[in-house]
Amino acid sequence: MEQYTLNANGLTCYRGDQCLFQALDFNVQSRQLLMIEGHNGSGKTSLLKLIAGLRSPDEGSLLWNGEAIDKTSSQYRQQLAYVGHNDGVKRELTVLENLRLMQQLFTPSSHSCHDILQQLNLVVQQDSLAGTLSAGQRRRVALARALYSQTKLWILDEPFTALDKATHEFFLEALQQHLIQDGLAVMTSHHDVNLPGVSIQRLELQT
Amino acid sequence: MSNPAWKSFIAMVRRDLLIAVRCRSEMLNPLFFYILVVLMFALAVDVRPSVLQAIAPGVIWVAALLSTLLALDSLFRSDFEDGFLEIMLLSPHSLYLLVLAKVLAHWLVTGLPLVIVAPLLAMALGLPDRTMDELILSLLLGTPVLSLLGAIGTALILGLRSGGMMISLLVLPLYVPVLIYGAGSISAGLIDNATSQPYLLFLAAFLVFTLVFAPLATAAALRISIE
Repeated sequence: MEQYTLNANGLTCYRGDQCLFQALDFNVQSRQLLMIEGHNGSGKTSLLKLIAGLRSPDEGSLLWNGEAIDKTSSQYRQQLAYVGHNDGVKRELTVLENLRLMQQLFTPSSHSCHDILQQLNLVVQQDSLAGTLSAGQRRRVALARALYSQTKLWILDEPFTALDKATHEFFLEALQQHLIQDGLAVMTSHHDVNLPGVSIQRLELQT
Repeated sequence: MSNPAWKSFIAMVRRDLLIAVRCRSEMLNPLFFYILVVLMFALAVDVRPSVLQAIAPGVIWVAALLSTLLALDSLFRSDFEDGFLEIMLLSPHSLYLLVLAKVLAHWLVTGLPLVIVAPLLAMALGLPDRTMDELILSLLLGTPVLSLLGAIGTALILGLRSGGMMISLLVLPLYVPVLIYGAGSISAGLIDNATSQPYLLFLAAFLVFTLVFAPLATAAALRISIE
């Protein structure tokens, strides 16, 4: 069993003059889910961006397997899948073209696009432009990025937004499998998450 | 071409070309703007061929420059708004190559058409046939420079609401050398015993320089903007 760790030491983040969070510490290991909670504007998305390496902390440090996370480190980026608040799905491309593009931009997955479409129940829409899909269908395309990435760290910003019940359950199952297989996940969600056999840490952000 | 970095480069170029074909207005608007500006000069300025011919190099180059400026906003805007830019920054492949791919696709869509229609517009302005080589070569070397330099400015102002004016202020001063040497090369072609070679060589050197450094600066600017 491989062991991966994500540590935050004294993490502080400002938005303009406003302090979003200060001196934040956490330690997440393989087979653990870190749930970030807090009301709107408390800095949940900013924290996810910090962890993804999309922004730098104003103070403190983030360590992946004991090494500082560098914004330009391609090795760290190979280990993570990020699904942000905006889904990153191009409206002008078809579902299939979006999936192929993701496979070409990231480490290729062992799953074929057809398998992914079938499991996400998007076979019928594969040649439809993503702009014509519902918000929930587009969210499924975005989540496919994490589901089939074979990365160790999933960073998910409100992944259940607009998902129907069946997809919600399918995704929870996939998340559970990911965590059981030595993965880690950091997530924000307004939905309560309960995954049997998985350790869940909760981090409340307060402004 | 089996290198994953090159595959991602080609995928990115293909993606942007596909989007441009599906959203034709972004491709056609700068071209129509370019044609209109040049033709308006031809209509507005003194009809004596000598006057029109003398100002033609400058008119063609200023119109190309403004047309490129008009098209720059679309370079990263939609990727920024729909979250694709974050995905691009998190790709394990070189951001330098991905930025270069985007600029190449942008130039193919907005810059190359300007080069193709330029000879027709040059005829409308009364430029002699002997200057066509200089015209085409200078635009072929200069318009990619405009796209590469413009990408830096566009990346820097992504997060700003009133970016339109800012980009003009940021990018136009950088365009001045390209304008001078681009128009200069065509003007040199109009003068007997003058050579346009130094102008074209300068544009070629500038293109190589911006090909190396502009994507690096753009990548850094994108990282700043996304914060």
